[in-house]
Amino acid sequence: MLIKNSRFGPGGVRPSEIAPKDVWLNRRELLGNAGFGLAALAAPAALWPRVAHAGRKLEDLVKSDWVVDDVLTPLEDITTYNNFYEFGTGKDDPSRYAGAFKPLPWSIQVHGECEDRGTIDYEDLIGSFPVEERIYRFRCVEAWSMVVPWAGVSLASVLQRFRPTSKAKYVAFETVYRPEEMRGQKRGFLDWPYVEGLRIDEAMHPLSLLAVGVYGEELPNQNGAPVRLVVPWKYGYKSIKSIVSITFTEDEPPTTWNRQAPHEYGFYSNVNPERPHPRWSQARERRLGGGLFARKIPTLKFNGYEKEVASLYAGMDLIEHH
Amino acid sequence: MARAATVLRPGFGWLKAAVFLAALVPFGMIAAGAWSGDLGANPVETLIHHFGDWALRLLLATLAVTPLRRLTGWNQAVRLRRMLGLFAFFYASLHLATYFVLDRSLLLEEILDDLTERPYIMVGFAAFVLLVPLAATSTNAMIRRLGGRRWRALHRVVYVAAAGGVIHFWWLVKADVREPLIYAAVLVLLLALRLPSVVPFLRALPGRIRRRPAPG
Repeated sequence: MLIKNSRFGPGGVRPSEIAPKDVWLNRRELLGNAGFGLAALAAPAALWPRVAHAGRKLEDLVKSDWVVDDVLTPLEDITTYNNFYEFGTGKDDPSRYAGAFKPLPWSIQVHGECEDRGTIDYEDLIGSFPVEERIYRFRCVEAWSMVVPWAGVSLASVLQRFRPTSKAKYVAFETVYRPEEMRGQKRGFLDWPYVEGLRIDEAMHPLSLLAVGVYGEELPNQNGAPVRLVVPWKYGYKSIKSIVSITFTEDEPPTTWNRQAPHEYGFYSNVNPERPHPRWSQARERRLGGGLFARKIPTLKFNGYEKEVASLYAGMDLIEHH
Repeated sequence: MARAATVLRPGFGWLKAAVFLAALVPFGMIAAGAWSGDLGANPVETLIHHFGDWALRLLLATLAVTPLRRLTGWNQAVRLRRMLGLFAFFYASLHLATYFVLDRSLLLEEILDDLTERPYIMVGFAAFVLLVPLAATSTNAMIRRLGGRRWRALHRVVYVAAAGGVIHFWWLVKADVREPLIYAAVLVLLLALRLPSVVPFLRALPGRIRRRPAPG
C-alpha cells in the first residue's frame, strides 16, 4: 500500500524516488480508494479547485540523514494552507494571491558582524552548496502540523562563507517588502517587513535549513519562494519566508510576532508542550491530512528534536525564555 | 389562543418557508463539502469556523428584526424572529459540538483546560450557555407559562450572548481584526437602534421621508 511505502526510516529515501508526482498529488484519493474509510473524507486532490503550482524541478538533490519517520503531508495541504500574512491572513490567501509575486531574480544581502559582507544570489546559492532533501516536522503555534520534504542548503554553511566575527551573537533575517506584489503588505496588521532572528548557535545548528524547494521542486511562492528559513524545533513563524537580508548582530534582534504580542510570542519560540499559549494549549497538535475524524497527536518537546537541540538551552528556563 | 390571535397575511407562510430553507443553505453546503471531502487541509477547523460564522450572522439577523419592524412598520417580521433565533442556536450547537467531538475528541481534561485557561473559549462558551434558556423558552407554551413581561426580560439576555459571540471571535484573531470588527459594528448599530431616545426617531423615519417635499 502506498501509505506504507511513503513512510521512510532514517535511511533516507527521497520522496522523489518513491512515487512520481502525480501519485503524491493523488495520495489522499489513493488512501480513500484503499479503503481507509475515514481518510476518504479528506479532500481528494483531484477535486481540489486550485492548482498549487508548477514548480521547476530541482536537480541533483542530495540525500540527507535528517528525515523523520512520519507520513508526509500531501503537497496540496502544504501549498494551500499557509500562514504568509504578506498575502493576507486567511489560510488560503497565499495560494490565491501569491501568483502576483515574482521571486526571480533574487539575491540576499549579508551584512553586520562579519568579515566578508556581500550578497549571494539564488543561482549561486543552489549551485555552490549541496541541496539536500530533508523531511522535517513543521509545527505551527496554532496547534497544527505538517511533515514536509524540504529541499535546501545548510544555513551554517552559507553563513560561514561570510566569516562572522566573534561579535556575531545573533543572526537577523528580513523578508522582502513589495506591497505591489504582496497585497497583505498594503495593510498594516503587521509591522512590515517581517523580521526574525536566531541566536548564532541556533543558526549554526546542522538542522537549520535555508529551504529552496518542497517535494523536489522549487518553492511555490506561497511557501516563501525563493529562499526561506526552516528551523524545525521552533514554531513555524520563526521560519521566515522570502529572505532578502541576513545580518549578524551583537544584540538580540527584534522579531515580528514578539513585537506584535510579547507575552504570546517569545524570541526563542521553541516548540514546548509544557508552555501553553494564551489561545492554544500546546500539548497536542492536529496533523494535517488526517481527515475529519483523526485525533490530535501529542506534541513533542522541541518538536521531536530534543536529542539534537536540547543542549543549546542547557540551564535555561524554557518557560520564561519561551 | 395566541395562534388564533395572529392573522397571517396571505403569502407569509411562503416567506417563512423560504427563510427556513435559506437558513439551512449554509448547513447543506458544508455537509456537501464534507461528503465530497472538499473542506480543505484542515477540515475540522473549516467546520468549526463555518458553524461559528453562521451562528453569529443569524444571531445578528435575529437582532435586526425589531429595528427593521420599527423602521418599516412591517410588523409581520416579528414572526420570523423565533425561527432566526433558533437557527442561530442550531449553528452555535453545531459549532460547539464540532469543537467538543472532532477537535477535542471529547477529552474532558482538555476541554476543562480550555474552559478555565483560554479567555476566548470562556466567553464563547458563556455566550452559548446563555442561549440555552432562550431556545428552551421559545415555544408558545413557554411564553404563556412565563408571561409576556418575564419572557421579554429573560430574552434580553440575547444582547449579552451576541456581545459574547463577537468578543469570542475578536479574541481568537491573531492580527487582522477587520472581520470581527464588522460584526462588532453591526452589533453596536443594532443595539443603538434600541436606545429609548432612538426608537421614536426610527419609527418616525419612514413618515418623515414620505412627508419631505419633493425638490422643486
